[in-house]
Amino acid sequence: MAPTIATVAVGDEIPSVEYHLTRDTLVRYAGASGDFNPIHYRDDVAASVGLPGVLAHGMLTMGIAVQTTVNWAGDPAQVVDYQTRFTRPIVVDPKTGAVVTISGKVGVVDTEASEVRVDVTATFNGDTVLGKAHVRVRLA
Amino acid sequence: MAVNPAIEGRKLPPAEPYLVGREKIREFARAVLATNPINFDVDAAIAAGHADLVAPPTFAIVVQEKTLAQLLAEPDAGIDFSRVVHGDQRFTYTRPIVAGDELTAQLTVASIKSLGGHNMITAVSEMTDGTGAHVVTATSTLVVRGDE
Repeated sequence: MAPTIATVAVGDEIPSVEYHLTRDTLVRYAGASGDFNPIHYRDDVAASVGLPGVLAHGMLTMGIAVQTTVNWAGDPAQVVDYQTRFTRPIVVDPKTGAVVTISGKVGVVDTEASEVRVDVTATFNGDTVLGKAHVRVRLA
Repeated sequence: MAVNPAIEGRKLPPAEPYLVGREKIREFARAVLATNPINFDVDAAIAAGHADLVAPPTFAIVVQEKTLAQLLAEPDAGIDFSRVVHGDQRFTYTRPIVAGDELTAQLTVASIKSLGGHNMITAVSEMTDGTGAHVVTATSTLVVRGDE
């Protein structure tokens, strides 16, 4: 059952999901988004600018991080506002990739607007990689 | 090279209109590991009350990117792209983006701030549809690292 404004409560949790990112994931996102910055697929370029390795696009992490909330709500059109800060990079190993864990919790219920704020957490290697990742979702 | 503070408040000309295609929505949705059928299946989207496939919430970056490219290309902006880091991002929707939309994006430089030798540029791109109605506002803060 999709959540409704009458049934949802502050503290409700969205089950966490692990996503396995590989270099293929980054190349696919580069193509789909048009962001071809080589720090997202070339080790030599990443090293030359002092990075610890090839990094996932911040916008890829942001795009993945909202998906559990979309599926919880039921329809991507219910997302009316989504913001985040990019606080830490995700280094994607050429062989083993990277695992990012996404979880969410209802932080605010606005009955008047029929909207909730879902506070999303994205974790990589034990550290959060997004700051203030807030999704406003319209509910029936 | 420092960011030119005089570009604060500048409104760039609208970017070329962007026609949102079904296959582009599917391609982008796959790339962000979306699984929601309303991103992929036209029948599911119509059953949910939409005219066509609905784009994922971060799809607007594809359209906004054209306006950020315009900003970086402003000859007097002084933005060294090799020093730019994405600080934060926000999308505020009036309605979702749907396949078939023709979106026109226009960027305004909302603020230029200086913090500890770095410059923070906040750029606001407003996207409107073919009727001129607002669809989404995309706001990016770009951090331009100063000389080490």
